[in-house]
Amino acid sequence: MSSESKRKGKAKAGATSSPPARPKPKIGVFKFASCDGCQLSLLDAEDELLGVVGAVEIAYFPEATRTMLKGPYDIGLVEGSITTHHDAERIQEVRRKCTTLITIGACATAGGIQALRNWKDVDELIRVVYATPQFISTLKLSTPIAEHVPVDFELRGCPINKYQLIELISATLAGRKPNIPTYSVCMECKRKANVCIAVARGIACLGPVTQAGCGALCPAYDRGCYGCYGPMETPNTASLTGQFRILGQTDDQVSRAFRSFNAWAWQFRKASEECKRV
Amino acid sequence: MSGRGGRTITVDTLARVEGEGALYIKMAGDRVADVKLKIYEPPRLFEAFLRGRHFSEAPDITARICGICPIAYQMSAIHAIERALGIKIAPEVRLLRRLFYCGEWIESHALHVYMLHAPDFLGYADVIEMARDHREVVEKALRLKKIGNRIVQLVGGREIHPISAAVGGFHKTPSKRQLRELVSDLEWALEASLETVRFTSTLQFPDFEQDYEFVALRHPEEYPFCEGRLVSNRGVDIDAAEYEDCFTEFHVKHSNALHSMVRGRGSYLVGPLARFNLNFEKLPEVARKAALGVGLKPPVKNLFRSIVVRAVELVFACAEALRIIAEYEPPDAPRVESPNRTGVGQAITEAPRGILYHRYAIDEHGLIVTAKIVPPTSQNQKQIEDDLREYAAQLAAWPLEEATWKCEQAVRCYDPCISCATHFLKVVIERE
Repeated sequence: MSSESKRKGKAKAGATSSPPARPKPKIGVFKFASCDGCQLSLLDAEDELLGVVGAVEIAYFPEATRTMLKGPYDIGLVEGSITTHHDAERIQEVRRKCTTLITIGACATAGGIQALRNWKDVDELIRVVYATPQFISTLKLSTPIAEHVPVDFELRGCPINKYQLIELISATLAGRKPNIPTYSVCMECKRKANVCIAVARGIACLGPVTQAGCGALCPAYDRGCYGCYGPMETPNTASLTGQFRILGQTDDQVSRAFRSFNAWAWQFRKASEECKRV
Repeated sequence: MSGRGGRTITVDTLARVEGEGALYIKMAGDRVADVKLKIYEPPRLFEAFLRGRHFSEAPDITARICGICPIAYQMSAIHAIERALGIKIAPEVRLLRRLFYCGEWIESHALHVYMLHAPDFLGYADVIEMARDHREVVEKALRLKKIGNRIVQLVGGREIHPISAAVGGFHKTPSKRQLRELVSDLEWALEASLETVRFTSTLQFPDFEQDYEFVALRHPEEYPFCEGRLVSNRGVDIDAAEYEDCFTEFHVKHSNALHSMVRGRGSYLVGPLARFNLNFEKLPEVARKAALGVGLKPPVKNLFRSIVVRAVELVFACAEALRIIAEYEPPDAPRVESPNRTGVGQAITEAPRGILYHRYAIDEHGLIVTAKIVPPTSQNQKQIEDDLREYAAQLAAWPLEEATWKCEQAVRCYDPCISCATHFLKVVIERE
């Protein structure tokens, strides 16, 4: 090929016989039950997108391209939770094809908002939505990817932070540890010099138990954190539950606060069940 | 798999759409025997688990139905709940919500026109391949999309699943100065959108006109976002509260999304084509001129031209955003308090893909008793199947692979959002 001869032409003085250009790492994006928002984050990285696609080969990403290359893939990004028999089988196949498997977002990492079914009778829920329930085939639980296959990294957020995603892809390709903090939203709030809305204004805020990554967005918009990044590394949910009660919240309200986009993450799950029991 | 005289067109995974779907078309000679748009996006059961949640949680929860158009979900939910509770919002908040929606339309239309749809007309598999030959076009598209996202970010806090929209207003409203910072970018975006109208009008469109029933909101003074009556070119003229009397949903085995039809009639079309045809005179002059300048005037009945209509709506959204920013004064309070009362409320707003209906019943504790959501793609589903029945017949003599690609393109004209309708596009044409 002519490009080959060009490369040879350039690699003259000193270089030993130039090795063939290393193939670009292949990335696949796989979707399960989700809203598509986390994979959209990749397209939303408008300033970085052309750089990223220059560095990697987008081998499978149906939301963006008709090209569907066969695996194996160097990195698999998985969005969505497992809610059907078919998907429970498909994730096994995806795992086999990916060297590094990364889950992106609250659905893939914690079961998502659709995990609210896990406390209910799913057949009854289907009857609420569909006229002919027998047409619908779904599992009783919505579960995170790690309950089905080993996962190399779980990126949190509903939605994920696109800069964290780019950092994670870069780190994986470079073979280093990604710089993604596991401390709480409180740390981000302090750094932004936000006045604490929980202390100063008595607003119920999940910030103390929620992992950073959003940039302490909700407190900056005068509302309590609602936990969309899921539990931080070592959350003291019992203490926060006590604080919520002091603020006058009912058991039902506390339980609902923990049961949203990361309801099935075990720390939040336990917290929501404990306050229900009391 | 083409045998003698019959064949099947199958697209197993419809690409460049939001969500998971497949298209199956069975041909018997020149005749189309069966068309199924299969939506195998797993059901997520939102309407069921909204029951028992507090109404203030609905905007955050329903946003998660779709990462592409979360604002539409927030706006329909909020307006329906405000109606149920009898809340009147401040005029400044109303304007700010229109600006918020402009941001989503710019982001979503720029994404669809350039990154999902244009590659079909120019013969590329995707925007990445297209960028190799047309880097400036793609860079322009990305900048346009980013400007839409900046509006959303400023008003809503972040692009995907914004956090500021609330029942009664916003959690926090931006200052005049913050909005003014968008002006120079929006002036560029308006020019870029005008160029987009010219660019899209030069594409080659298949000759495919259908006699649609167009359904969209109509407002006495404005191009519609959140208010107005629901109208059609065949006599529908109703309030949102009458939606379920006039339209009905039904469940078919091959789809996890419910189909919709006008009671007693049949399929109908929602989205840019419907809005344009029913509201052309409400477009600002700059958008009307741009449309007429490329020979686009209502009624546009060729589905493939929806890419040009989306470009015209980009012009509208940029011009409208500039108008709002020039007029904007922050409200006295970011939101009005919600009263303690029970109620039932319905609302329809114009998502980028068409009308989105929500209804909520709320009890004395502020908890949701029942919720109903009818997304635009599920409303278009039956029309997509009807269109393909006609279109596949026209393609009967084409080689299978090309016919399959063409059918896939026809589906993409709808910018279907299958995550919304439950969500991946897969096309099968079977010829017997």
